[in-house]
Amino acid sequence: MTSLPAGVERREFDGRESLATRGEPVSGEPTDGDWRRWDPRRSKLGAMLERGMETGLAGDETVLYLGAAAGTTVSHVADFAGPTYAVEFAARPARDLLAVCGPRPNLFPLLKDARKPETYAHVVEPVDVVIQDVATRGQARVALANRRFLREDGRLLLAVKARSEDVARDPDEVFDEVLEALEEGFEVLETRSLEPYHDDHLGVVARPR
Amino acid sequence: MTDGTDDGGAGWFADVDPGDVDAAAAAIVDGQADDPADWPRLAVEAGFADSVDEYYDLLHDATVAASRREVREREGAADQQLVHAVRAMDDCERVANELAERVAEWAGSTIEDAGVGVTYARQLAEELDAGADTDVDADEGVDTDEGADADADEAADTRDPVVSLARRVRDLDDEAAALRAHVERTAPEVAPNLSALAGPVLAARLIGLAGGLAQLARKPSGTVQVLGAEEALFAHLRGRAPSPKHGVIYTHEAVRGTHPDQRGSAARALAGKLAIAARVDHYSGELKPELEADLQDRIERIQARDAE
Ligand SMILES: C[S@@+](CC[C@H](N)C(=O)[O-])C[C@H]1O[C@@H](n2cnc3c(N)ncnc32)[C@H](O)[C@@H]1O
Repeated sequence: MTSLPAGVERREFDGRESLATRGEPVSGEPTDGDWRRWDPRRSKLGAMLERGMETGLAGDETVLYLGAAAGTTVSHVADFAGPTYAVEFAARPARDLLAVCGPRPNLFPLLKDARKPETYAHVVEPVDVVIQDVATRGQARVALANRRFLREDGRLLLAVKARSEDVARDPDEVFDEVLEALEEGFEVLETRSLEPYHDDHLGVVARPR
Repeated sequence: MTDGTDDGGAGWFADVDPGDVDAAAAAIVDGQADDPADWPRLAVEAGFADSVDEYYDLLHDATVAASRREVREREGAADQQLVHAVRAMDDCERVANELAERVAEWAGSTIEDAGVGVTYARQLAEELDAGADTDVDADEGVDTDEGADADADEAADTRDPVVSLARRVRDLDDEAAALRAHVERTAPEVAPNLSALAGPVLAARLIGLAGGLAQLARKPSGTVQVLGAEEALFAHLRGRAPSPKHGVIYTHEAVRGTHPDQRGSAARALAGKLAIAARVDHYSGELKPELEADLQDRIERIQARDAE
């Protein structure tokens, strides 16, 4: 079994074992002392860890998170990682994200479009990990555009949603196409379906080439 | 290339005084650079912060302030757009109705059984479009004698401007429908809970009457209850009328569908839930389906009273 990053543990909540991190609760998730449950059904990264993918995460990394939404996942990331930059372009979820950032001094919200990295490169430093969950058309393009932020030995942790590229097409075909496009800037190290936590989602671990 | 020490643009802190959060937020929002760089180290070297830890504290304050400002601006813009749309919809409907009355009155002066309202104006407009502008009223029942044809022609001539006016009514009515569809689509984005409880159109009207979602969220439920009844309220305050029990919310099924004796209670209950919904929408924006269930419960209980 692959190891979890420092700061992420398996704990029991209501008799069921689950991933957990230590930090301020976000939306009424079950807690156990300082620990709070990390639900893989509400988090692609949580599902990647549950599925045993080699994320390379050890804890304390510098992170750029693309598609932070209301902050469900990025709150857990900020609990175990170092400086964490959270990019989200929709104003509505960003309001909730702000509440998540309040008590987390290492979490920096950026209301920006992930397709325009030049609008936040004056703020974001080179990072160890780019985590991407944008669920929008052109997911490979977003990853390639943000490659400039990754250190040479850094990792891209990507959740690809097939339906965002094309609702009608066979998810496997969509995944192949996205992976092929990624090759332009990344070497793909591992891919795995995120079922049963997320239908028609592929988890991808890659490194810049 | 990824350590970015080369010159692709300055860091956000370049022209910012460390104590000035507003300037810092503006720099986060408006700044640009081609590539990232080791900003924490550069900021310390430039004397912006004494240590990397202090830099991160300043960065946190700046990014939170910048995002808060932008969220407020963008969402503020969205609620005002919605208000404009619902007001334009009301204008189109009102003007369409006024002109339809004029059309009916005018048409009625030459046609015996001219109809009324927007429906009649639409009918008149369609008749012209169908190219049947001279014979449309052949079934009028006045065409039994020889003069009928001449009469019909004359009627068509005098009706021409009426038909043209009727077409304006139809176009305005179409515009109102398009605006209504727009409001129904956007209100749930701006105020998901309020729209679920009040319906999108009433939600938009309430936001408009309050001056915005933020303003509505700050109103006590007693004020929400009489929004739109300002005239009646002033009359009451001048001692000339009973206190109004409800404003625009009277159009809501929970009030209209309740026995008149219980309408005050229904309006009070509805206003209470709407005030909560507006607050949730403004402060979190998360859809809470239990609010709608709560409201239904309350209203059912109130309506059950008059069944007794
Ligand atoms: C599936 S949700 C992310 C959920 C989140 N990662 C979590 O697990 O808590 C996708 C988010 O990506 C955002 N998004 C889509 N395209 C984007 C873009 N070009 N730039 C920034 N955010 C984007 C959407 O607004 C949405 O909030």
